[in-house]
Amino acid sequence: MTDAPAPTPETAAAAFRPPRNQWWDVWDQFKTHKGALSGMIVFVAIVLFCFIGPWLWIHDATYINIRARNQGFSWTHPLGTDQLGRDMLARMMKGGQVSLAVGMAAMVLSVLLGTLIGVVAGYFRRIDGLLMRMTDLFLALPLLPLLLVMSMLFRQRLSSLFGVETGMFILIVTAIGVTSWMQTARIVRGDVLALKEREYVLAARSIGTPPRRVIGRHVLPNVLSPVMVSATLMIATAIITESALSFLGLGFPPDFPTWGRLVSDGIDYLQQYPSRAILPGLFISLTVLSVNYIGDGLRDALDPRIRGR
Amino acid sequence: MFNYTLRRLLLAIPTLLFISLVIFLLLELSPGDPLADMPLSIPPEVRQEMRIALGMGEVWYIRFYKWLYLFTVVEPSHVIAGFTGLDIAIEGQRILSWQTRSPVSDIIIQRMPQTLWVVGLAYLFGVLVAVPIGVYSAYRQYSWFDQTGSFISMVGFSLPTFFTGPLLILIFAVWLGWFPIIYDTTLNVNNWETFLKQVRQMAMPVFVLTLYNAAQISRFMRASMLDNMTQDYVRTARAKGMTERIVVLVHVLRNSLIPVVTVIALGIPTVFTGAIITEQIFRVNGLGQLLITAIYASDIPMVLTLSVVFAILIVLFNLIADLLYAILDPRIRYD
Repeated sequence: MTDAPAPTPETAAAAFRPPRNQWWDVWDQFKTHKGALSGMIVFVAIVLFCFIGPWLWIHDATYINIRARNQGFSWTHPLGTDQLGRDMLARMMKGGQVSLAVGMAAMVLSVLLGTLIGVVAGYFRRIDGLLMRMTDLFLALPLLPLLLVMSMLFRQRLSSLFGVETGMFILIVTAIGVTSWMQTARIVRGDVLALKEREYVLAARSIGTPPRRVIGRHVLPNVLSPVMVSATLMIATAIITESALSFLGLGFPPDFPTWGRLVSDGIDYLQQYPSRAILPGLFISLTVLSVNYIGDGLRDALDPRIRGR
Repeated sequence: MFNYTLRRLLLAIPTLLFISLVIFLLLELSPGDPLADMPLSIPPEVRQEMRIALGMGEVWYIRFYKWLYLFTVVEPSHVIAGFTGLDIAIEGQRILSWQTRSPVSDIIIQRMPQTLWVVGLAYLFGVLVAVPIGVYSAYRQYSWFDQTGSFISMVGFSLPTFFTGPLLILIFAVWLGWFPIIYDTTLNVNNWETFLKQVRQMAMPVFVLTLYNAAQISRFMRASMLDNMTQDYVRTARAKGMTERIVVLVHVLRNSLIPVVTVIALGIPTVFTGAIITEQIFRVNGLGQLLITAIYASDIPMVLTLSVVFAILIVLFNLIADLLYAILDPRIRYD
């Protein structure tokens, strides 16, 4: 660094820039990742399509019009109708609402569980061993079979308790959340173990800050970025898992459209009306792909070592 | 190392016991009743006797203990006897499937070859495709090859098999008519013609699973190569004047394979469990399909036994992955 350039007016001005929220830096870095940016646009578009679309669209997802069954693409039914004459576009929106809602809710549950267990295991040495054994145990469970079994077992009971739709929603979200928190917990625990040895945590502890506050104030903000990345990826996994359950006929009931359910219904008509299975499948794939790209971009953007390069 | 292996193996026993207990208790809550499809005209006391005959009369822990005894002692003895022809099979009660009333382990052994062929081959192809792609992508980072490779692996990783499966059926079976839609398990391969037929019916399920496996493994391979490419020993090797070929294919590749090999080992249990959906789409009657039909029919002994077999595989390959890591990377010492 012997030949550092003399400070020109621009660099001097840059040096005295008013401090800026770090999230703007993250956003700047995120923007440079082309895949992530387009993923974000696609994802927002799909969310708008599913949640705003039904307000603008004239047909209802559950309205049966047997005279108009099995229609192809047309102006009245842009994506055609199914074997009972229900409008496919409306069903696609409704199905998307359910799939996205399940994905989000399961992600929240799984990330909360994972972060809680990870932080507790990393911070409190006494229960670390116990919690990590539990995590290993969960990792050794055959998950998809277990999910199928759980959904078979509790569907009656929860349906009678909360009604069919809410009951299934609770069941599927809980089942996915409870079986997918392990990765987050492991990552968070590793980070917390490292953070715990840092000077600022030591300083906070030495002035008598209770653990609850140390965690809330010093530890949690620092594990935020891995948690955010795994949260994004978790949405993708949850959507795929939910669709797989619906596809296998162990998710939501038949008259309740979700993307996975639509694919599985459409497969019976694959030879005559291929679009009926392919379109919802395309929606699932697009959503998952865009979410995965957002996760990729977020990982780069949240890593301060890469940022600004 | 030996001590470590022994300790892990001993630790695996309580883990597996606990897992089977959890699965057992979960299934215990199940509303399924093996007598549900019997005529309603059967009087209740006869029904009760039938339940006892099926072994349903006991308290749960006695049934669990009995199942455990059958699963760990009786069934393995029959399996070993079947393979080796030794006369060690223990006579008496066996774990019976409620659907077919035949021993669970016999059905599992019947279904195993289909799963191993289709899913195992797909896994093998996935690894063989993924490693070179990962190596070259990392070597030429940000080149067009890397960009397309990353995109394809992202797509392959994101597309669920219940989308790619029907898509392939639509294109190659319905429109082009190259491959049959349904996997014919009764096909007996004995000459060239039937062999070709077998290859044709395996092509689509194997391709679907290969795409998915290759996508995941090539991402690992690429990341691991990139980690190693910037290490000091690579610079040293280049400075010594070694050819690029030797630097990349010997020095870097060998070191980057260490984490990838463990990932591959961790994925092997999914060869047995993970293809439930693909098997369902292409009607391959392997283990995944067996599990699904057993779940639909609330065939509890079958679901329990299969799930515990899967759990054993997962625990076993976790251990193998950890041991491989230590064998391949001398810096890691467990003792």
